[in-house]
Amino acid sequence: MVRLFLVIGFLLLTATARAAVDGEELFARHCSACHGSNGNGGVGVPLALPSFINSVDDEYLSKTIRIGRPGRIMPGFVELDDAQVTAITAYLRSWATKPAPARDNTVVKGDVKHGQVLFSSHCAQCHGEKGKGGKGTGVTFSRKRDLPIIAPALNNPGFLAAATDSMIRNTVLHGREGTPMNAASKAGLSKKDVNDLVAYVRSFADAYQKPAYQQSGHQQQISQPTEEDAVIVMESPYSLAETVENVKLAITNQNFTLVRTDFLDHGLVTEGKENKNQVVLHFCNFRFLFDALVIDPRVGMFLPCRVTVVESAGKVSVMAINPLRLSKLFNNDELDEACKHMHEIYTAILEDAVL
Amino acid sequence: MMKRLLICTFVMLQTISAQADELIMVRSQQKFPEAMLTLQTSVKEHGYTVTRVQRIDVGLTGMGYHTDKYRVVFVAKPDEMHYLIKKYPLLIPYMPPKVSIFAENGESVLVTANPALFAKMINDEHDKAIFHRWQNDIQEVFDDVRKAD
Ligand code: HEC
Ligand code: HEC
Repeated sequence: MVRLFLVIGFLLLTATARAAVDGEELFARHCSACHGSNGNGGVGVPLALPSFINSVDDEYLSKTIRIGRPGRIMPGFVELDDAQVTAITAYLRSWATKPAPARDNTVVKGDVKHGQVLFSSHCAQCHGEKGKGGKGTGVTFSRKRDLPIIAPALNNPGFLAAATDSMIRNTVLHGREGTPMNAASKAGLSKKDVNDLVAYVRSFADAYQKPAYQQSGHQQQISQPTEEDAVIVMESPYSLAETVENVKLAITNQNFTLVRTDFLDHGLVTEGKENKNQVVLHFCNFRFLFDALVIDPRVGMFLPCRVTVVESAGKVSVMAINPLRLSKLFNNDELDEACKHMHEIYTAILEDAVL
Repeated sequence: MMKRLLICTFVMLQTISAQADELIMVRSQQKFPEAMLTLQTSVKEHGYTVTRVQRIDVGLTGMGYHTDKYRVVFVAKPDEMHYLIKKYPLLIPYMPPKVSIFAENGESVLVTANPALFAKMINDEHDKAIFHRWQNDIQEVFDDVRKAD
């Protein structure tokens, strides 16, 4: 009998130990890449600052985990079960210096119009016009940017679904110590001003325009290339060698620098044995590359730019990835512009080469 | 004059909402050179070849842009990649798969496109399985780097 109790006791102990470890392990696996090993930030904002974690309720955290920040890099973690989300939330809570505030769903009433005026003069310089967020996200130590912490998007459906009016009001009233976000009083704003700002921020929920690809009913068109196509391909009427030369010229015409030409299976087979019918041209524009990395350091994966010329069964074709697909892959609306620009450039280079 | 845009009839993604697993991303507490070594060692242990290391930071710094260490590592299994691009030429622009690795505040961050995305570009179940194996392998490799200290 005693033995049985011992065994049960032991099982219970290991079970609680596992649960306690879980939150930390889940954070390391799913969150630390962006929010830092100790919650001190990265591509994501810092989470360990007492001024943040002390001021938000558990539901704010769990909803943020579930929904993420659509179009602002943070994905929604739909595949985690409730126990896992609770464990992560509890782990975040371990950085707090006070008990979690209760969720307060009181609606804050204010003058949206006046809030809008105040927002333009006091908030938009960091949070962007209409609260679309600062340039880039989170914290970076690796490349120069405007602020030590980039202001989050406030018009984001993930933020608006997670935050209560009272959380927004408290954040604006008290600011977040240790971040560029100052208390309202420092800017000479009254409590009424703050309420007006809350009402304005809340009104973003109506104004937010989903990117086309997130709108329901958006159907893939088979007959037209769209942003969902993974690649851009054109057939060339020229020989492989001629097409390669054409691509080189087209790259220069677009003000890009040819970095390197090699074979697709370079490094995969012994030198000299490569398939000479698959030629890769790498090219770059450093200003563009740098700007893209400041917005989202992860995009380097698809840079420098690349066009591949392939000859197969006597047919020569030129191909490239479709950059329009990338802003979606990275869940980053800010990349939209850059990706559209790249799409135009790729298309122009390919068209130029086969003309 | 021949100028024809071929239509790609496959769609890369059915689910278009922001989902957590389209990119695989981890942070390692190792400094950049150590993390790079752990990555390359684990890649080889998993039977893959590093076909190239692209030094993005060197190009940028050379042009006067300040940036910390940033490399792109090309990773492939020769036989499987040859087989796949022969059968599915539209995969070519995405091959070989790449891993970004960059320094951040004395630590290192790794990111790659989930190979499962490539599986969505093709139909054959048997061939899809290859990409799902790549996915498992890269996840293991990334775990190795994440847990290394
Ligand atoms: C100097 C730049 C700056 C200004 C000006 C500024 N903020 Fe912020 N704000 C930030 C930063 C940075 C954060 C994120 C702080 C953190 O990391 O916790 C933030 C956070 C917030 C948050 C919480 C968002 C979230 O995702 O948790 C709200 C709400 C907010 N600000 C509202 C405002 C309003 C309203 C104003 C104008 C009265 C304003 N801010 C002015 C930089 C600024
Ligand atoms: C791919 C990067 C990424 C991952 C992975 C990620 N986040 Fe985020 N997270 C962000 C970014 C970026 C923001 C800020 C969005 C903005 O600037 O508008 C954010 C915001 C948040 C916020 C709101 C902070 C605030 O000041 O209000 C919380 C809470 C949060 N993340 C928790 C998590 C947790 C927990 C995980 C793991 C389950 C996680 N995140 C995974 C990038 C990420």
